[in-house]
Amino acid sequence: MTEEHIIGKSVPRKEGRDKVTGAARYIDDMTLPGMLYGATVRSQIPRGIIKKISFDPQFDWSEFVIVTAKDIPGKNCIALIGDDQPCLADGKVNHPEEPILLLAHADPHLLRKAVDAVSIEYDALPAIFTMEESEQLSQIIWGSDNTFKSFLISKGDVDSVWSKADYIVEGEYTTGAQEQLYIENNGVIAAFDPEQGITVWGSLQCPYYVHKALMALCALKEDKVRVVQMETGGAFGGKEDYPSIIAGHAALLAMKSRLPVKIIYDRTEDMTATTKRHPSRTRHRTAVNKDGKILGGEIDFTIDGGAYATLSSVVLSRGTIHAGGPYYWPNIRIRGKAVATNMPPHGAFRGFGAPQSLFAMERHMDRIAQTVGLSPIEVRRRNFLHPGQTTTTEQTIREEIDLGKLLDRALGLSDYCAKKKRFAQENQTASIKKGIGLATFLHGAGFTGSGERYLASVVGAEGCADGTVRILVSSTEFGQGTNTVLCQIAAEALNLPYDDVHIAQPDTNQVPNSGPTVASRTAMVVGNLVRSAALGIKQTLIADGTLSDKYSPEEFRAACKNHIAKHGKLLSIARYDPPPGVFWDDEKYRGEAYATFAWAVYVAEVAVDLSTYIATVKDFVALQEVGRVLHPILAKGQIIGGVAQGIGFALYEKVVWQNGRMQNGQMTNYIMPTSADLPEIRVFFEELGNVHGAYGAKGIGELPMDGPAPAIVNAIEDALGARFDSIPLLPEDIFETLSADGVR
Amino acid sequence: MTVPSAHQRKCDLSFTINGMQKTVRVYPMERLLDVLRHELNLTGAKEGCGEGECGSCSALMNGEVVNSCLIPALQASGAEITTIEGLAGESQLSPLQAAFLECGGAQCGICTPGMILSARHLLNKNPSPTTDDIREGLSGNLCRCTGYAQIVEAVAQAARRRSRE
Repeated sequence: MTEEHIIGKSVPRKEGRDKVTGAARYIDDMTLPGMLYGATVRSQIPRGIIKKISFDPQFDWSEFVIVTAKDIPGKNCIALIGDDQPCLADGKVNHPEEPILLLAHADPHLLRKAVDAVSIEYDALPAIFTMEESEQLSQIIWGSDNTFKSFLISKGDVDSVWSKADYIVEGEYTTGAQEQLYIENNGVIAAFDPEQGITVWGSLQCPYYVHKALMALCALKEDKVRVVQMETGGAFGGKEDYPSIIAGHAALLAMKSRLPVKIIYDRTEDMTATTKRHPSRTRHRTAVNKDGKILGGEIDFTIDGGAYATLSSVVLSRGTIHAGGPYYWPNIRIRGKAVATNMPPHGAFRGFGAPQSLFAMERHMDRIAQTVGLSPIEVRRRNFLHPGQTTTTEQTIREEIDLGKLLDRALGLSDYCAKKKRFAQENQTASIKKGIGLATFLHGAGFTGSGERYLASVVGAEGCADGTVRILVSSTEFGQGTNTVLCQIAAEALNLPYDDVHIAQPDTNQVPNSGPTVASRTAMVVGNLVRSAALGIKQTLIADGTLSDKYSPEEFRAACKNHIAKHGKLLSIARYDPPPGVFWDDEKYRGEAYATFAWAVYVAEVAVDLSTYIATVKDFVALQEVGRVLHPILAKGQIIGGVAQGIGFALYEKVVWQNGRMQNGQMTNYIMPTSADLPEIRVFFEELGNVHGAYGAKGIGELPMDGPAPAIVNAIEDALGARFDSIPLLPEDIFETLSADGVR
Repeated sequence: MTVPSAHQRKCDLSFTINGMQKTVRVYPMERLLDVLRHELNLTGAKEGCGEGECGSCSALMNGEVVNSCLIPALQASGAEITTIEGLAGESQLSPLQAAFLECGGAQCGICTPGMILSARHLLNKNPSPTTDDIREGLSGNLCRCTGYAQIVEAVAQAARRRSRE
């Protein structure tokens, strides 16, 4: 192999020029001739029977397109994993903001008034809003027991450890809902043609998810549904499943009116009606010996899925598998459960269950350290997973990860020990208390268990008539750098200049299904397939004698042109092939949960002002092992952006609920960090490489979401000497805890 | 969103936009953002929140940065307005745009036009800002992707280059 020429270099973002000039086209920048605007009439109550829908007679309703559940040509559901979520409520509602009826009109101002002019009468039913109410089964709102999914991971013999333990450490930890808060709200345009079927353009992560949902909803065949991703202004998981709903709504209006229909949510509709990170509750009970070694333990991990199953089972799976952290558990029992409440369904958000269960694990490690009388560093060091040991699902760690070394480096970079000592001294007299805390964690890359095998992703690469190469994937760009990194990989494989490779706009009529753009899988899994597909082109050209083994870019371009002139096209397809010897048991939840893990140690330094109770992050060190860094600037950007969201998750972002409805669905009162709120986030990489990923890459996107919250809350405990086990932790929460503890 | 009611009539609005004199027919209380996007097809200004919190609709009006979602069209009468479309030359990016591209200041890109205009405003007022000045100067523009660091770096780099020119 010749020396890599593009991998590891920070080439310009493919679509970057369009983004900095304002030329990039997002869904709201697009209009079609004769286009109507669509809007959604939603449930005002959390649960009840719809008695009557009435229309204000002051409006001329003949001007409006009106769609109800009765107009659905196919099945009234959003096809995803289960089929329990209706596209439009039919007779009953199960959460606030549930879509009931759709309207379309050419005048968006009039449309908005019309939404308010539809009134709905209900027979309200008792609703439940907390995991505890759901578990008590006072109301059965889903299935027979309000449980979407449960998992049990069992390793060794937990029941035998309690009698041998020097300490039994218990704790309960909770995390709140978090809004993805992409700056571009959800939006789609749908157009219908009786011959060609339905076409949807939208802001979305997973074109083939929308494709599947529209086929079922509209009763259309595969080739009569086309989904095109427009430039997408942030997603973070928030545009994984919800776009299927809004696309369904626009499609129904377009089919009924035979006109193109645009639906763009405003910020409040987006925040109150669409998905958020699952609230969670984790209970730990751990047997530890006097040296601080974990003998075994039980973890109960519960998430609030909202009113419909949507992605909760998968979020639960990842959260459950990550619940034991990067530690060796000789004996463990982890119970994971996703329960139903009458809230809008919670969904995917960067980290996908892992930030929740890892928050608990990393807070609990500090609790164990205190109980045993060891430092947070030492207790972690004594329990780290080592190569050759097995995870909670009995996956053997085969890569040469040295967590102790990673920890040492992070301690050095953050000056942890000196600062900890200094803060303890200064805090005795200071009114601004300082603290330092850490979190060590891991994140599995790619789909869980047999997920990638079921997905069986397909990727294409084609030679173009001008001699360039075009990548064909359904993997989407929404800021992470998909376009850039996949082009780098193909250029590297073919030894071509970066500019000679480009990537097709994701359009289900044009690109094969390379799987959803989720689970930190794009660079690693799809990247590897892009490499294979690209190499396929080269092999074809060499095999037919138009290209020699060694070639210049000019020779490649000429060979490509020749081949196309002769044969019409030059297409190479690569399919996912599971690595041999990978074992996963879906029933017992045992085996190789992930092809590989990324590993990290994060250190946060905080200051808490006791006159305002505001906690501020002063310094942040993010050290991670992510295989190979394909593009240093993009990789760093992913980490800093993820840490910023993690700081928001810990200290800023609180969803205020009332009867299942978000009360602060505005940027004015749901607060995310601004540029003035964040510290310098110092990013460092270790690069061990990874045999499963393209050029050694591992997943990177979600990892940085996992560590900040526990590191920060551990630092706050260090600063204040008070225990905080719930996030978000806003100044009023710190005040309340300190007042209750009598700490000043 | 301001809803133009039936008793409002459209009127002429004249202003200078990206150096060009324009007259458009608008409702007086229509938002400047909608005028830019719908009447002038300048879609670089984005609506993120509609209430002046996120800054993705930022534009420069008479040299000041404004949230165009909060400006009634009539208030822009006679004003000199710059949008993202007015920054780049025919083939060359402005120093700020080039720095955003180089430093990774744009990820999803939705906040980028507004962010660059706020940065332009900052550099006009303060040609050699400190990191804190930049962080403060851009705090009215929300970005969910980057955690801001590479944006701050881009602005600092553009400032350095401008001072050398």
